[in-house]
Formats: sequence, structure tokens, C-alpha cells
Amino acid sequence: MQFFGGSDISPSPPVTTGSGDNGHMMYIFNRNGVCLLYREWNRPLKTLDAQQDHKLMFGLLFSLKSFTAKMDPTSVEKGNLGVPQLPGQGCSFHSFRTNTYKLSFMESPSGIKIILVTSPKTGDLRESLKYIYNLYVEYVVKNPLYTPGTPISCELFNTTVDQYVKNLA
Amino acid sequence: MDGAAIYSLFIINKSGGLIFYKDYGSTGRMDTNDSLRLASLWHSMHAISQQLSPTVGCSGVELLQADTFDLHCFQSLTGTKFFVVCEPGTQRMEALLKFIYELFADYVLKNPFYEMEMPIRCELFDLNLLQAVQKDRVASLSR
Repeated sequence: MQFFGGSDISPSPPVTTGSGDNGHMMYIFNRNGVCLLYREWNRPLKTLDAQQDHKLMFGLLFSLKSFTAKMDPTSVEKGNLGVPQLPGQGCSFHSFRTNTYKLSFMESPSGIKIILVTSPKTGDLRESLKYIYNLYVEYVVKNPLYTPGTPISCELFNTTVDQYVKNLA
Repeated sequence: MDGAAIYSLFIINKSGGLIFYKDYGSTGRMDTNDSLRLASLWHSMHAISQQLSPTVGCSGVELLQADTFDLHCFQSLTGTKFFVVCEPGTQRMEALLKFIYELFADYVLKNPFYEMEMPIRCELFDLNLLQAVQKDRVASLSR
């Protein structure tokens, strides 16, 4: 089980040496599948309206998780395919790559899912996602005006994330 | 290490049906129904991943990195998908998949008794596939 100790933002974000313009979009879902945040930086192709797109993305992640939990070649007891599992239970995944994009995924112990879609050449983004999770904790969860489970509208969080992703490798 | 770089191989036809499945030493048996379900699940997720692409020209998932395995997928021009489940970080899987595709073309598609889109039961294919996987295993051990 992953655990993110410490409540301070790590003093320096993971090293970023990018030239910018690598990020396509980012999603944050809570454990009920509500899209808390959707940021878009570079997305020339839109096939669906926003709500359908979020549903499709959450559905894909849900199915991929049950797929990897069942596929897991290292465990004996895998349970049945499609039975919902708690965050951290069963084998999950952290990224997939196609010829046009790379999707990195992180789930927190409370079921918050952070999804970052970048260019396919991007390296491992697990540390970056943890950093974004820390930003979420600092700027959103600790904001007294924020009601949990509602879409995020914290200006400071948005600008910080935008800035961070811009510099991502 | 017992050299089980590759855990399993799946081949699915263009409509998502499993036509070949071989296990090379995963822990815990998967029954036939589960392998069929996983194959069709992969087929649909492959299609969804194309819809979610931010740019044009997406041809589906090529590599899925899970906590305990990597999955490399290769789709042929006719829509047949080949995917291997291997240890995280295993190299040269694209080459192996292309080679398996060659074997598929040579020993399955050119077999006059093979019915298109149906499960593969060709002795020569099995034999050559086993050799290819073993050769890959030896190569990965000697590195």
C-alpha cells in the first residue's frame, strides 16, 4: 500500500528538465467517480462533450484496474473479475502508453485518482503525481471554503498545477 | 531466478474473441472463462483508449505498466491483437511480438485447415512459438 507521509509539500518538486508543452490534460476524480478537476492544456482532438469524456475516462480506469487485478501473475488469490476493490487492494497500474499519448495514474488511499495525460515520450511520472497530490492536499483539502466531493475551484491550485506541468519533462 | 521473463501470451481476433492463450508460469491458475473475459475486456479498453486520445491518429495501448507486470500489445493491420504479459522492465518485447506475428502468418494463416477467426490449434505453431519464447528467455538470461 502506498502511503504519502508528511503533510508539507516536499521542499523542492521532483527535478523537471522539460521544454514545456508536454502536458495534454489532467483529471482528478474522487472515489465516487465525480470529476473534481479537469485541466486541459493541449487537446486538438475532442470526440465527446466534457461530461461524456469524464465518464469514459473513469470507466476506462475502473476496468483497467479490475483487469490488472485479475491478470496479476504473481498472486495466487485474485478474486473474481469485476468485483470492486478498495484503493490499494489488488494489483493496480501506474501508466499506459499509446503511439499518441501516455497516461499516468495514481490513486490515493482515500480513493482520489489523479490522471495526467502527456506526450508518449515522457518518462516515469509517479513522483510528479505524488507531488501534485501534495499540492491538492495543501491547496484544496486545507482550504476551509472547500466542500469535499465538489468540483475544485481554487485559483491558487490551478495556477500552481499549470505552472508545474508546464515544466514537466 | 527461474527465468520466467514472460508470464503469458494472448492472441485475440478482430472482434475481441480469444483465439490463443498460453501460460508460461504465472502464479495461480486462470480458468478458461477468465482468460476469455480478460481478452474481450482488453479488446474494449484498447478501443476506448483510442477515443480518449488528445491528438489524431491513435492506434491504442502499446504498453501497460502495472505494479507487478508489464503488458505489451501489438495490433496487426487486420485487427488481430497479440499481447504478452511479462516482468516489469523486460526489454525487446516489440521484437518478440513481431516475430510471433510472423509465426502466426506462416503457420496459422497459411494452414489450409485453419478457419479464420477461430481458436488456433496448429501443432507447428505451438512448436515454433515455444522455441521462440525459450530462445528469448535464454537471450534475456545471458545478458
